[in-house]
Amino acid sequence: MDSPTCFFFFPFYSVRLVAHLDKCTLRLLAENERVASFSPDLKERLTQAQDRSTAKLSPSVSAFIHSVPFQPATDNRSNFGSDKAFHTFKKQRDVFYEVLREWEDLHKEPGWNFDAALGPKIRGMMSQLTSAGNHSHFARLFLKQLVQMCKGPRASTPSVDAPDADLLGMLGADSLGRLKRLEERLIQPHGVVGPCPPPSFPGHQEFFRDFIQTASCCQMNQHLQDSLCQQLLQLDEVSILSPPASVGEGEEEEEEQGDGDMEQQDEKQRFSSVLLLARLLAKFLGFISFLPYQTSEKPPKEIQETSVTLRSKSVQVLDVCAVLSNSVRRRRTILTVPWLVEFLSMLDFVGPLLLCYRVALGTLLLLYRRLQLNRHEEMCYLNKLLLVSLLGWLFQIPAIPENLFFTSEFTALAKGESTAPASAGLDCIPLVDQQLLYTCCPFLGEFRKLLAAFVSGSTARSGGIIRKITPTSAEPKDAPAGKRSQHKLQGDLEQAFFHNQPPSLRRTVEFVAERIGSNAVKHIKATLVQELVERGEKMLRDGLQSPNSNPSKLNDSICARLCDAGLEALAKATRFCNEKSPDAVRILLPVETTPPVLTTSENITKRIAAEKACSWLSANITALIRREWKSRYDRVMKALGSPAAPDPADADGAVVELLRQGKMNTPKKKQERPMSCPPLCKHSSPLPSDVLIEIKELLSMAVGPRTDEELPTGSQLKMLLHRLRSTLECRKFLTAVSEQMLQNCTVLLACKLVSGELPVRFSPRCGGPGGAAVDPSGGSEPPVSEILEQIAELWEAGCCSSASLHQLFTPLTVTAVLKASATQKKNYLFLVRKLVDKEILREEEVISYWRKLTDLSLPVELIENFQLQSGSIKLPLPLSEMQTCLDMLQVSHQTIEGAT
Amino acid sequence: MRLSRAEYKEIARWTEQLRPTRQCMQRLKDRFPHHSQSTLLSIFSLEYQKRTKRTISRHHAPDVMERYYRRYLNEAQVRPTAPVLLELANEVDLSPALMARGILDQFLKDTDGEMPPKAVLNSMLKEPSLIPDQTLANNVYQCTINDCCYGPLVDCIKHAVGQEHEVLLRDKLMERNLSFLDENQLRTKGYDKTPDIILEVPIAVEGHIIHWIESKASFGDDHSHRTYLNEQFWSYWNRFGPGLVIYWYGFIEELDCQRDRGILLKDCFPTDVVTLGHATQQEQTPESQKKDKE
Repeated sequence: MDSPTCFFFFPFYSVRLVAHLDKCTLRLLAENERVASFSPDLKERLTQAQDRSTAKLSPSVSAFIHSVPFQPATDNRSNFGSDKAFHTFKKQRDVFYEVLREWEDLHKEPGWNFDAALGPKIRGMMSQLTSAGNHSHFARLFLKQLVQMCKGPRASTPSVDAPDADLLGMLGADSLGRLKRLEERLIQPHGVVGPCPPPSFPGHQEFFRDFIQTASCCQMNQHLQDSLCQQLLQLDEVSILSPPASVGEGEEEEEEQGDGDMEQQDEKQRFSSVLLLARLLAKFLGFISFLPYQTSEKPPKEIQETSVTLRSKSVQVLDVCAVLSNSVRRRRTILTVPWLVEFLSMLDFVGPLLLCYRVALGTLLLLYRRLQLNRHEEMCYLNKLLLVSLLGWLFQIPAIPENLFFTSEFTALAKGESTAPASAGLDCIPLVDQQLLYTCCPFLGEFRKLLAAFVSGSTARSGGIIRKITPTSAEPKDAPAGKRSQHKLQGDLEQAFFHNQPPSLRRTVEFVAERIGSNAVKHIKATLVQELVERGEKMLRDGLQSPNSNPSKLNDSICARLCDAGLEALAKATRFCNEKSPDAVRILLPVETTPPVLTTSENITKRIAAEKACSWLSANITALIRREWKSRYDRVMKALGSPAAPDPADADGAVVELLRQGKMNTPKKKQERPMSCPPLCKHSSPLPSDVLIEIKELLSMAVGPRTDEELPTGSQLKMLLHRLRSTLECRKFLTAVSEQMLQNCTVLLACKLVSGELPVRFSPRCGGPGGAAVDPSGGSEPPVSEILEQIAELWEAGCCSSASLHQLFTPLTVTAVLKASATQKKNYLFLVRKLVDKEILREEEVISYWRKLTDLSLPVELIENFQLQSGSIKLPLPLSEMQTCLDMLQVSHQTIEGAT
Repeated sequence: MRLSRAEYKEIARWTEQLRPTRQCMQRLKDRFPHHSQSTLLSIFSLEYQKRTKRTISRHHAPDVMERYYRRYLNEAQVRPTAPVLLELANEVDLSPALMARGILDQFLKDTDGEMPPKAVLNSMLKEPSLIPDQTLANNVYQCTINDCCYGPLVDCIKHAVGQEHEVLLRDKLMERNLSFLDENQLRTKGYDKTPDIILEVPIAVEGHIIHWIESKASFGDDHSHRTYLNEQFWSYWNRFGPGLVIYWYGFIEELDCQRDRGILLKDCFPTDVVTLGHATQQEQTPESQKKDKE
């Protein structure tokens, strides 16, 4: 079939319809010699129409893909039945995107196969979802992502890659390069699919289709169907408001006039977005619904009949007849028909024979014929053109049986609701523009390509199936008048109020009420519920203190009391709505709104908001409090239980004993660490990690292997301790872990110093970093005692958890001290003395540490040696004697020097 | 510091001969004096962890560890003050801290005849004075303190470094008046995966939209970046859209190839930041002026 024949069959009957095509197509048509020979008048009118056409083909939109955002309201733990389900879904979400990215990267590679490459991953995911019962969550994610990626106009253009490239090649055949390109095109399969392409899943839709097929998961499909159906019916009900000015104005100017009013423009955009979304969802609903019945070939007649009998017994996913007749009656076909066409385009071979689909198709056929005959002048041209194109396309799909068009079965078509004013229906609003037309009917672009191909002299091999449909007349009958639903008087009054107000007022009120109501619930959750839970915790803690308390009984009684108190929520929410609504409404309405209108709007908003909040709260507040309370109760009980947690049974004797001693012997005098920085702290102290790294270096030098040159000088050590102190004082970068480690490292450093394992270098060269700065006597290094004193001061300032101090008294340290020279032993005693003096440790504690050493397997000889050494301190406790010891130590102070 | 893959490989190859000790780190710094020390240490740490993963099973076979233990016992008897265990670890190319752990494990099994609980093992590694045998205690401490890739102190340092950079990042954001939610706030809201920072109002960095920022106080090499992508970055993208990763110690520059797909890499806080309020202000001013005139 060659192209000029094609377009005569294409259902463009009226020049006025055709005149709404895009400029380029019009030019091609006007310049087509066969058009000229067919009707010179037509050619003339086409040329005129060209100048008026504003349609452009969809500009290429950036294809940057966004993910579905995580919404705590629907996605956090409380939306899942169990922890397992929550965590499973966390993984499944990531697997889903991983699959999607892999598909994006690879699906165009030759030889790549969806099922082979992604099948195992997807099926694994499905079985995970099944075991966790998470299909509903996944279905939501899947559909949201589908909408995110495929709703835009770009994705529904079949040739995503440079859609106009082949066209360009065909048009401007004057340069040699272009000719060559054209030649290549003609040798290779053509990019033109013809004006009647079969239904397809362009762009990312392919991914979602293949995913459904490969997953082959009945649970998921059911959830998808449920959700698709619900969303579609919601979209079908969407209210698009008619701009009052447009009714009755000249049809020719419809589009031009569209740019004027912002509100009208918004409505048009909203319509277009709703329409595209509905079409996308409907296609997938159709795909899933008819998937079980798809066959590659038309089944033989007997099988068809059996299937019809079988399938006519079960309920169909969507009552298409009801939807359609309702839409015709309410003059909303411009919204409903385009998505129904998508749904029906997915029909399998037997589907159209089922009564419900047969009737629906018949109704659509009548509608189509009526449009052809140009009866309903009130319907805007582009609206009409869209319906004509889409229906024409539907009827040539192979699954739709031809005999449908030749029966006289369908003669009655519901008529628009006679009671409603003509302007009330969507069909009478100029909602479709050329942009939308071409987005919904990309094959119109194909029509242009055919014309172009004709111009360039090539013979296009069309891929589509073209069938001639002869329009016949149909007499519309009167539809039964719609029942008026009964409203409460208040409701009626409210509606009446809105009726004479600009449509934006209603939208504002509805929107504000919806938001305030929802905010009220959030506010209750954050304030009242939290307060109640806090109160509950206090009651629980108080209750547990009393003897013979029974936690689980306590839990029950507290929970009951909290739930009672929770009923306060309704009053609070109402108050919230009353408080917040007026401000919001006032800000959003025009300043010129008269006071009565404003007050009325405010009151309606208050009422709707409070109603919304209270209905949610009364249904859910108790469950919410119970849940929050349970998690708090668990947390409190866990926290109370944990100090006893390390079960002595699972660790072996000696070690646990040691560990416990370490804990039990912590001194009574707790050094309270401040939780905030000192006043005027500039947060410029060295970072904890840097200091830790330095100390680590020192400690590793202490234990060796090392060279003597590496050893620190006394002043370097003093500098480090100085830095350490300022690090421990600034809380900004400190965490519990790093603080503890720093304290622990200080104790270890002290151990290594007193045992002489870390000798301090006497540096003859005084160029060392900071050497001179610390040393007051100029030149000579500070003695070890001075460093130890500094450490003791650090601990005194609270920069040490006393828990780590026990390391000074472990067999390891004491042995090392005992092995060392007399100077070190003096240093050790000096440090311990300082600790006692500064009340960091009490004498009894020190003595009990040492006593414990004798209990252990420390060689007796060493202990005796040690007791000799420390005899002065081990004397009983009268202060005077302690003073003697101190004097002794002070006398020997000068001799206590850092060892080599 | 951004390194080309070739530069990275050169450093990585050179580290193959090194042991995770103070002395080796000094050699590494001397060999590559123009690279920052923390970058070098981070690279070594990454490479060394890979090496350990490759070879650990070799050392952890029960008979092998037992053989090490016997060797340690014999040599410690002969030279009680020598760094026997550290030398052994370096000789067989096993991390000293891991060697200490294995030997301690053997020792406890030997004394008690049963598997020691993990908690006991860990507390002894953290505080070797708890080890009943003093020679072993000294050897263990020598190993854990000298190791610059494994061990309790290194773990703590890594943790501290990570924390500090998060604080620094928050500081930078506050300096620029960019409001954000941090990990803890996100957790209380019930997010299942949480980057360090989520911006309440997205910004554009070098022309790319940024919703979240993840701070990594390490070098981004192929292996770790791939792991992070799979376990974190893509998950963040999947939930919050495009974002920014800051590898404070640098990364292999070839890895920054997902910018158009929504993952941007930097080695410092970005300077080219465009905020929404700022842009709209600029756009709105002439318009509102026009309106005023009308």
